[in-house]
Amino acid sequence: MPHSEPFVFNTERRLVVLTGQKARNLPELLAILKRISESSIFYHSHEEYFLSRQFARHEFYNDFSLWISEALQEEPLAEKLAAIDLLSFSSIRQIRERMVAEIAAFLESTGGRARECPAGDEFHFCRAKSFVVPTGIVARDLPDFLNRLPSVSDTSLYFHFFEARLRLGRITNDFSFWLSGIGQEALADEIDRLNPYAMTLDELRRRIIQLGLKRLGD
Amino acid sequence: MAIRLQDYEQIVGREEIAELSAFADRVRNKRLQNINSTAVGGGVAEILTRLVPLLGELGIEATWDVIKGDQAFFNITKTFHNALHGHPEEITREMLDHFQANTEANLKSLDLNGDVIVVHDPQPAGLIRKKKEIGRRWIWRCHIDVSSPNPEVWNFLRPMVDQYDASVFSMPDFARDLAVPQYMVPPSIDPLSDKNKPLSQSTVQEVLDKYELDSTRPILTQISRFDRLKDPLGVIAAYRLVKMNYDCQLLLAGGGAPDDPEGEVVLREVQEAAAGDPDIHVCLLPPFSDLEINALVRGSTVVMQKSIKEGFGLTVSEALWKKKPVVGGRVGGIKLQILNGVTGFLVHSPEGAARRTMQLLANPGLCRTMGENGHQHVKQNFLLTRHLKDYLFLMLSLDHPDEDIVQFYEN
Repeated sequence: MPHSEPFVFNTERRLVVLTGQKARNLPELLAILKRISESSIFYHSHEEYFLSRQFARHEFYNDFSLWISEALQEEPLAEKLAAIDLLSFSSIRQIRERMVAEIAAFLESTGGRARECPAGDEFHFCRAKSFVVPTGIVARDLPDFLNRLPSVSDTSLYFHFFEARLRLGRITNDFSFWLSGIGQEALADEIDRLNPYAMTLDELRRRIIQLGLKRLGD
Repeated sequence: MAIRLQDYEQIVGREEIAELSAFADRVRNKRLQNINSTAVGGGVAEILTRLVPLLGELGIEATWDVIKGDQAFFNITKTFHNALHGHPEEITREMLDHFQANTEANLKSLDLNGDVIVVHDPQPAGLIRKKKEIGRRWIWRCHIDVSSPNPEVWNFLRPMVDQYDASVFSMPDFARDLAVPQYMVPPSIDPLSDKNKPLSQSTVQEVLDKYELDSTRPILTQISRFDRLKDPLGVIAAYRLVKMNYDCQLLLAGGGAPDDPEGEVVLREVQEAAAGDPDIHVCLLPPFSDLEINALVRGSTVVMQKSIKEGFGLTVSEALWKKKPVVGGRVGGIKLQILNGVTGFLVHSPEGAARRTMQLLANPGLCRTMGENGHQHVKQNFLLTRHLKDYLFLMLSLDHPDEDIVQFYEN
C-alpha cells in the first residue's frame, strides 16, 4: 500500500577522523586496505568525487587511484581502480574485495616489484564522522519534491544518493525508496538506474527533475 | 566595533549561520577552555582571538588562558618546535626538567574550569597531568607537523598526548599512530579581520608608497616570520632568477613573536643576502600591522610561501582569499590550500618557484583565473565559520566517540 509520508531532506556535515595508518607503497596499501574500517574505504572511494564538484581537478575520482597515479606513477593500476563501477556493488565489503583483488593481481603481474612514493607523499587513511541533520526542506508529494529539489544543497543530494545506499546500507538511494512508497515505483526504478558517478551533482539533480517531470506528464 | 556572528552572513550566507546555531544548541551547556602559550603573534593566537568571542555568541561559554614562562622556557619550546619538525637539535635533561617545572608552576596558577579543555601545541601539553585529579574532557590540539619528529622530544611528549581524550591535527600528514582518536581540523582565516577585509585601492596604494614599492612593476611577496623553515633565502634566490627576465620587486615582510627568539638571527641573514639590491624590501613589521599586511598582499602580483616545513601556512589562504595566485612549497598544509595548477603552484626548489612565478607574470589571465579559484576554495574550506563548526563537532564527538554517523534527523 502506498503511504503518504513526506520526504524530509537531510544534510550531512563531517569531521575527518585520522586513522594514523599510512602507506608508502602498494604492498603497504594492500595490507591496510584489507583491515581498515569500511568507513575509511567509503571515504576514500567517494571523497574526491564530492570535493571535485567545484573544480574539474582530476582525471580520477577516488583517492586510491589518484595516489597510485600521482605518488607511485603506476598508471595502469590507477586506471583499473578508477574504472571500478561503484554502482554495481551493494556493499562496501564488495568494493574492498574488488580493490584488494585488483591490487593483488597487479603486484603479482609485476613480480612483487613495488615503487616507493616520495617522502611526504604517503597515502594517509582517513574516515569521516558524520553529523546528519534535517535541512528544514520537506516534500509532501512528487510535484512538491520536484519543486524543492533545485533548492536542496549538493551535500544533501550527496547524502541521500551516495551515503544512504552504501554507508547506511539501504537497498537503494533515499529518493527511490520514498518514491516507491508513494506509488511511483517506475520513477523510483529509473532514478535507481542513474549512474551518479558519471555526472556532477548538479547534473544528477537535473536528471532526476527531468525524469520526474516526464513521469508527471505521462 | 566588535565583529558579530551575523556579520559573516554577507560572506557565507544566512543558512550557514543558522546551521552553526543549530549545532551549537546541542552543546550549549558546556564550558570550553582553550590554553596556549602566547596571547599575540602566530596563527594560534590569531585564531583564538576570533573563535572565542564567536563561540560565546553561539551560547558556549568559551575562555582562553595563556601559560606563563621565562625566556629559558620559550627557548626550550622553540628548540622542541624545531625538533618536532625533524630538525636536529640537542635535547638535554636540564631542558626537559625546566619544561616540567614550568608546567608545575602553571598548574598552580591556572584555573582549569572548562568542561572541555583544549590545549594547543606542545608548550602547555603537560597540563594533562591534572586530568587524574579533576577529570573533564581534554583535547590536544596540535598545530604543527609532528610526522617525523626527533624521537627524544616525541618520546617525552607522547605519554602526555596519550592521556588526552582526543587529539586534533591540521591535516592527515601530521597524524601519528596514537592510542587516542585523532581528528582533522584545518585552521582558518577571518574574512572580516583587518588582515583580510576588503580595502580601497587608495589604501593599498598608500601602503605601497609607504614601503617604497612601485605599483607599476610586478611585486613578489612572502609574508612570514623570519624563520629558516620559511626559507626566506630560497625566496631571494628565486627572485634573482625571475629578475633576469622580469623587472620585478621582492617584498619579504613579517612580524616577530615572543616565543620565537631565533627570529632576529634569521632577519640579519636575510638583510645581508638582500644588501645592495634596492628592489628587495625586507620589512620587520611591528605588532598590529595587519591592515598593512592586507594592503601589501592586495598590492602584490604573485604571493610566495616557499616553506621547507610548515604547520599549515595560513598566509596562503590569506593571499588566495585576496585572489592572488600563490607559489608555495609542497609541504604541510600548503598542499591542501594550493590545488596545484588550480589555485597556484606547488614547488620543491627556488628554481621551480622562479619558473612558476615567471609563468604567472607572463599570463595575467592565468593569475586572474587562479585568483578566483583560490577565493572560492578558501570560501568553501578555510574560513572561520567552518572552523567554528568544527569546534562544535569536536565537542559533539566527545559525546559520541564510537559512532561513525551521528544522526539528528527524522527519517
